[in-house]
Amino acid sequence: MPIWWQLLEVLTSFSERLIDKVEQILRNILDNDIVVYTVMAFVPLLWVVPYALFAVWLERKVSAHMQDRLGPMRVGGWHGWAQTIADILKLIQKEDVVPAAADKKLHFLAPYVVFVGSYAAFAAIPFSSAYIGSNISLGLFYIIAVSSLVVVGILMAGWSSNNKWSLFGAMRSAAQIVSYEIPTALALLVVIMITGTLNLQEINQMQSGWFWNWFIFRKFPFVFIASIIYFVASLAETNRTPFDIPEAESELVAGYHTEYSGMKFALFFLAEYANMFAVSAIASTLFLGGWNSPFGDFLSGPLWGVFWFLSKGMFFVFVQMWLRWTLPRLRVDQLMYVSWKVLTPWSFACILGVGLWMMVAP
Amino acid sequence: MIRYFKDIFVSVWSVLVGMVVTFRHLFIPAVTIQYPDVKLKLPERARNRLYVNIDDCIGCDQCSNACPVDCIEIETVKSLPTEDLGMTSTGQKKRLWVTKFDIDIAKCCYCGLCVPPCPTECIKMTDVYEFSEFDRHNLIFNYSALTPARAEQVKTKTAAYEKDQAAKKAAAAAAAASAKVAQSSSTGSPPTSPLPKPPGGDSTSS
Repeated sequence: MPIWWQLLEVLTSFSERLIDKVEQILRNILDNDIVVYTVMAFVPLLWVVPYALFAVWLERKVSAHMQDRLGPMRVGGWHGWAQTIADILKLIQKEDVVPAAADKKLHFLAPYVVFVGSYAAFAAIPFSSAYIGSNISLGLFYIIAVSSLVVVGILMAGWSSNNKWSLFGAMRSAAQIVSYEIPTALALLVVIMITGTLNLQEINQMQSGWFWNWFIFRKFPFVFIASIIYFVASLAETNRTPFDIPEAESELVAGYHTEYSGMKFALFFLAEYANMFAVSAIASTLFLGGWNSPFGDFLSGPLWGVFWFLSKGMFFVFVQMWLRWTLPRLRVDQLMYVSWKVLTPWSFACILGVGLWMMVAP
Repeated sequence: MIRYFKDIFVSVWSVLVGMVVTFRHLFIPAVTIQYPDVKLKLPERARNRLYVNIDDCIGCDQCSNACPVDCIEIETVKSLPTEDLGMTSTGQKKRLWVTKFDIDIAKCCYCGLCVPPCPTECIKMTDVYEFSEFDRHNLIFNYSALTPARAEQVKTKTAAYEKDQAAKKAAAAAAAASAKVAQSSSTGSPPTSPLPKPPGGDSTSS
């Protein structure tokens, strides 16, 4: 047995309840619940911030190579890996411009609301069998509910900027997210009907074993169609192409964040990428087994769970990028058509199908 | 109703086809050339920065006259008869000091019209295109082989020589004139001096 394998096993057994241990130690040191919870709230940020930096770089590389370009190649040496770090340093140094006619308070608050909305979802996302921010029984419901806060922030940003393009972007975003929340929730409901629980950790445990235990392969093809519906609708919820009409560059300059610069713009950016991962995480948890290894007990465990979960999430993030550089933007009426006339009826059909299936063969 | 299902099928299918296309492109080598590291080969007759081989320049000013934007400035000074400026590689004798040969490449329009008139083929367009500067004045290229001090020296020397020559010439002219006058007065040949002899003097002498 190679030495690194033993090392890995030691590390795995140690990490089994690593987060709990950390919390215990913090509790011993600080002796104050509020402080401990505040510190623990930053744990997902350890993933979200490096992920966002990496994803921005990846997006640029993916887009470049899909167009037979190279993308950033200079900063940091190897394929411009440090480009986003340089960009974020630039954004930190930039002047924070607030339009004279803007509603200052809302303009200031909006990026934080957007980021809080997308970051709060990470509280209930199970990164591994050993780590979930808060193992609440209504996890999925909480995530759907709290990610709606993003639209409030977007509307705030667009309206307070006092710029017609920003307002257009914000209104479009509101219309879009409100209509696409329905197919999203209905598609998730298909899975909830099978699991009978909203606790994401329990949903993960139901899918353990080989990959054919994943929900995407159960009650075929209803859950499979539901997963596609969820993925399409989640694209719209995160304002990604082909549903990026809220920030359509060619029409609205930059949509709701036209009037933002410096760190606030960076926060919008971070929120968008965090949101992308949040919806990908939900997709991988509900349909692709979350932190479960695809090969039964092989390579499974809390630490491997993190690996599987993150790679499944990153797979969906990659598909989002892939679609972005494949499809043109939808028109507003097409957007509404897709939501109300295609995704919503089909998700109802899936619910009906799964319901009948469960009634006949529970 | 059929249209509805057909639309859904077509859109899903076209998305998949598009994804295949873009995924294939992910592995096609990029067409980008990373410029400072890799450079495209220029065409053989590419016209870029001007170059003057000053050793061959005879200072004829033809390139400067041909230039449509007046970016070439030439000043020449005649050489002394005693000085030998040598020959060009094309076998012409150089007679002029080229004290100034400035090309303002910022003005140059790369038309190449200065190249054909050159009798010694010393001005030509090269393939050098990387000569950016922070100050526009740094784009004036001085091709004169003479240092400013040397040019000044040559100028004063020639001026002195010319002055000297002019003085000599004037002197010579004056001398010639005076000689002429002297000759006319001394020889006093009858046809040139129709003046009647003064009666007094002559009468006394005779």
